[in-house]
Amino acid sequence: MKSSIQKIILILLLAGLAFVFLQGLCCAQTLINGAGASFPYPIYSKWFNEYAKLHSGIQINYQSIGSGGGIKQVTEGTVDFGATDGPMNDEQLKDFQTKRSTNVLHFPTVLGAVVVTYNIPEVTESLNLNPETIAGIFLGTITKWNDAAIKATNPKVKLPSMDIVVIHRSDGSGTSYCWTDYLSKVSPEWKSKVGKGTSVNWPVGLGGKGNEGVSGQVKQTSGSIGYVELIYAIQNKLSYANVKNSSGRFVKPSLESTTAAAAGAAKNMPADFRVSITDAAGKDAYPISTFTWLLIPEMMQDKGKLNSIKEFMHWMLASGQNMAEELSYARLPKEVVAQEEKALANLK
Amino acid sequence: MAETIRGDSRIPGRESFTILRLFQKALKGDELARGIVFVCAAGIVAITALIVYELWTQSTPSIHKFGWRFFVTGTWDPIAGEFGALPFIYGTVVTSILALAFAIPVGVGAAIFLAELAPSRISNPLTFLIELLAAVPSVTIGLIGIFVLVPALNTIVPPLKSILGFLPVFSGPFYGVSVFSAGVVLSVMIVPFIISISREVLLAVPRNQREAALALGSTKWESTWKVVIPYARAGIIGSIFLALARALGETMAVTMVIGNSPKISASLLAPGYSIASVIANEFTEATGDLYLSALIELSLVLFALSIVINGSARLLILMTTAKGSK
Repeated sequence: MKSSIQKIILILLLAGLAFVFLQGLCCAQTLINGAGASFPYPIYSKWFNEYAKLHSGIQINYQSIGSGGGIKQVTEGTVDFGATDGPMNDEQLKDFQTKRSTNVLHFPTVLGAVVVTYNIPEVTESLNLNPETIAGIFLGTITKWNDAAIKATNPKVKLPSMDIVVIHRSDGSGTSYCWTDYLSKVSPEWKSKVGKGTSVNWPVGLGGKGNEGVSGQVKQTSGSIGYVELIYAIQNKLSYANVKNSSGRFVKPSLESTTAAAAGAAKNMPADFRVSITDAAGKDAYPISTFTWLLIPEMMQDKGKLNSIKEFMHWMLASGQNMAEELSYARLPKEVVAQEEKALANLK
Repeated sequence: MAETIRGDSRIPGRESFTILRLFQKALKGDELARGIVFVCAAGIVAITALIVYELWTQSTPSIHKFGWRFFVTGTWDPIAGEFGALPFIYGTVVTSILALAFAIPVGVGAAIFLAELAPSRISNPLTFLIELLAAVPSVTIGLIGIFVLVPALNTIVPPLKSILGFLPVFSGPFYGVSVFSAGVVLSVMIVPFIISISREVLLAVPRNQREAALALGSTKWESTWKVVIPYARAGIIGSIFLALARALGETMAVTMVIGNSPKISASLLAPGYSIASVIANEFTEATGDLYLSALIELSLVLFALSIVINGSARLLILMTTAKGSK
C-alpha cells in the first residue's frame, strides 16, 4: 500500500520535473501576449497558429476577453498588444500616455458588419430598410410591422399588423458599438437620447446574451427584429435586411459590400486609423460596417518583441489577408493595406 | 526535551529557547491541530473581509457620486454615466422568491417521499439522480431554458393569461423570456439542494419519535406530518435558505431567460434583469471608472443581500430550534 503511494508520488514528481524542463525549452522562444476583442478571435487564432508554424521562434497568445478588457490590459502593460472593435477615445489615449509614457497605435486587421435580422411570419423576402426606419424601430416610435415607413420601402411585401419586438445585445460588445455608432450617425434623435457605446440605455426591447442569444430570441419571437454580426448570420442562415446606404441604394450585406465600405473610407483615412466606417461613402458600401483593430504600443522595452510584432503585421497584411474570407471576415481594401504598411515604420 | 530544559536553565531569558520550547509544545498533537484548524478558520474570515474591503474601495467613485440614490433610481445609462440599482435588486429578489415558491413544495414533498415512504431500493437511486441534477452546469440549464422552456411557456402562458389576465402580475405582453421564466429555471436549479438536505435531515430524526407517534395510534402520514417534520424543521429551513442563496447569485441561467431589460414591472410576464446577470453581461466591456465602480457596487449590494438573508436564516433557525426544544 505504502510503496504504491510512494511510487505514485515519485511518478508525479518526475512528470512535474519533465514539465518544468520542457517549459524551459519552450521559453527560449519569443512569447508575445495579447488580449481583447472576441469578434476577431477566430481569425486571430488562425493567424497566430499559421504564423507560429512558419516562424518556430515566435509564439503569440491571444485571449478573447472583450474590447474593454483589451484596452485596459494594454494600458496597464499586462499584455504586449491589445485588440478592440471600437477605437480608443481621446481620454483613453491620454491615460495610456501617462501610464506607459509612449503612444498606442491602432492597426485595422479585418472588417466586420452588423446585419438586421427579423422574424415576421409568412415573410420570406429580404426587407429593404432605410436608416430612419431602423432608428425609429429601435427608438420605439415605429411599433407595427405594417407601419407606413416600412411599407414605403417594401411595396411588394405583405406586412402583417403585428407588434414589433426589438431584441438587442444584453452584454457589452463591439457589435453593439458598431450598431449604436451607425444609429447615432443616421438619427440625431438617437444621438441625443441614447448615444453610442458597447452597452447603452436601450429605449425599448429585450436583451439577449451574445449573437446566439439575440438570434435565439428572434427565432422564437414572432414579429421580432434584432441585430447580429454578419458572420453569425451567414453561418446560421438567418434572413437579413438590405439597408439603404449614403448613396441611396439598398445594399445586401456581404463580405464584398463591407470591404467596399472600408475602401470608401480610405480616402479620408486619418493617420491614426481611428475611423468609424459606418454610413460610409461609396455606391456599393454596406453602411453598418466596422474595422477591428490591434493596439500596439509605439515603443517597447523589448526591441526584439516589437520587431517580432512588426514582422507579424507585415505578414498579416500580405498573406494573412487571404485567410480572412474563408472564415467569413471581410478583408482590408488594398488602399488601407498600403497605408498601414507605411504606418508600421512608426513602431520603434 | 531534557537538553532544552538544561539549556534553558543555563542561559535564562534567551528567547530562541523559549520559542523552541513553545514549538516543541506545539508539536504535541492537540496544540498543533488546534493551530492548523484555527489558521483555516481565520483564513476564511480573512478572505471574506478582504472581498468586502476590495469591493468597497473599488466602488468608492460610484458610492461617492450616487450615495443612497443608487438604491432608489432605476436608470442604467453607461453613456450618460447614470447608474441606479433598483431594477436589478427588484429582479434578483422577485426571481428568487418565485423560485422558492415553486421549489419548496416540490422539494420538501420529494424529500418526505424519499425519506419516509419510499423503500430504500427506490430512494437511493432517486437521491443519486437528484444530486446529479445539482451538478448540471448552469449554462446548460440556461440553454435548455431558452430552447425548451421558453417555447413551451409560449404555448402554455397565453391560454393562462386569457383567464388570469385581469391580475396585474399576469398583465402585459408575453415574449417567452420573462421574470417568470427565470423563476422557473431557478427553481429547477435549487430544488436538488432542498431535496437532498431535507432528506438527510428527515432521515436523522430518531426512530423512537416515529415509533412513539405510531404507538399512540397515529397513521403513517400523521406521524410524518405532526412529529417527524416539526422535529426536522430547523434543518429543512436551513436547506431552503441555502437554496435561496444559490438563487440570488445565479448568473448564466438567469441571464439567458430573463430578458435583460432593466425595468420594474408589476407583471411577472414582463422581462426583467438581475444583479448577477448585469455584472456578467457588462463587466468585460465596461470602460470608464464610474461605470466599472457602479458594477462593483452592484456586487457589493448582492453581497449585502446574501448576508442579510443568511443572517435572517440563522435567526429563524435559532428561534425555531428554541421553540422545538421546549
